[in-house]
Amino acid sequence: MNGTNDSSAVQVGGVIIEARDLVLSFGETPALQGACVSVKRGEVLAVMGPSGSGKSTLLHCLAGILVPDSGEVYFDGQRLDTMREAERSRLRRDRFGFVFQFGQLVPELTAEENVALPLLLGGARREEALHGARAWFERLELDGLERHRTGEMSGGQAQRVALARGLVAKPDVLFADEPTGSLDSLTGELVMSLLTRTAREEGTTVVLVTHEPRVAAYADREVIVRDGKVTLVEGALR
Amino acid sequence: MALLGLLDREPSHGYDLKRDYDAYFGRGRPLPFGQVYATLARLARDGKTIAGEAEPGAGPDRKRYTITEMGRSEVEAWLGEPIPPEPYLQTELFVKVVLCLMLGRPADKYLDAQRAAHLRRMRELTDIKQQGKLVDALLADHGLFHLEADLRWIDLTAARLAALAEEVAS
Repeated sequence: MNGTNDSSAVQVGGVIIEARDLVLSFGETPALQGACVSVKRGEVLAVMGPSGSGKSTLLHCLAGILVPDSGEVYFDGQRLDTMREAERSRLRRDRFGFVFQFGQLVPELTAEENVALPLLLGGARREEALHGARAWFERLELDGLERHRTGEMSGGQAQRVALARGLVAKPDVLFADEPTGSLDSLTGELVMSLLTRTAREEGTTVVLVTHEPRVAAYADREVIVRDGKVTLVEGALR
Repeated sequence: MALLGLLDREPSHGYDLKRDYDAYFGRGRPLPFGQVYATLARLARDGKTIAGEAEPGAGPDRKRYTITEMGRSEVEAWLGEPIPPEPYLQTELFVKVVLCLMLGRPADKYLDAQRAAHLRRMRELTDIKQQGKLVDALLADHGLFHLEADLRWIDLTAARLAALAEEVAS
């Protein structure tokens, strides 16, 4: 099931994230040089571009992980780049989910404990958090792996656990940075298929950084980052 | 269309057009003279070129052809327009990029339009893959991998445009 053909999908609406003229350098090296982008509520947006183009830096700025040297980032009407770190940190915990190239699960914890983490950090009681976490295992075709640790899972399974962790607290936006980068083609397809399907069912906005066209093809539209600037690609929403 | 594009540089004889076509686009499959003259005659009949007076001498190649405004705007439109994203389009993609560079038209804009068309088609195929049976998914994947190969070429070419422009200009 996919996009507008799915009647349960939340319709894409107004702008949820807007970045204006972002400039950011790492020392002498410019990473963003006037990047502008708007993300619509409920859409899956692919951010493409060659390596070193600044696409991951852009994602980090949109998610409030990095603060640009100049420019503005708005999330749901709030100015993100001028917030105090504690406030941004709370926003990241409560409103955003993350999936990175390598699942970055905590190896000492079981799969379900990893998934429960955002709920625990949000103040849920342990049993409540674990209960919430378990509901995701079937949805992401992970039944039976609840008590497994990272070392006992394949790369694709670990990445789906990371995806469950990214979605469990029902974030407004899921930021995914090369989520299939460490997986083989077939496993990558499964992860992308589940990622976009569950995000659309939940109405979660997704910002997906990828350099792979076949991964970007799961998105509703794409923008291309080149030399720290965003090129808009004319592309109708599904 | 490639001949009309070459004619957009300057008025030329059929022989010169054939020579340049073979050099840039022929790749070991030279264009037969007969086809060159038939195409030029058709373009003149359709008002896209004007054939000059026959010049003295032997053989059929005694006319100089000049592109008309109609021909020029047709080339312009064709160069900016992405071709339908099906596999095995490399040759036409290539011809468009080289002609854009030769005529000083924005090859990067064309490549962007083509990239967008390819990605649009890839999204359609991905939808089919997710909704259809495994057999449909296999067929969609076949298309997706070929389109991805084109896209890699498009990205590589976009990165090399400046160097390519210099080579074509020389």
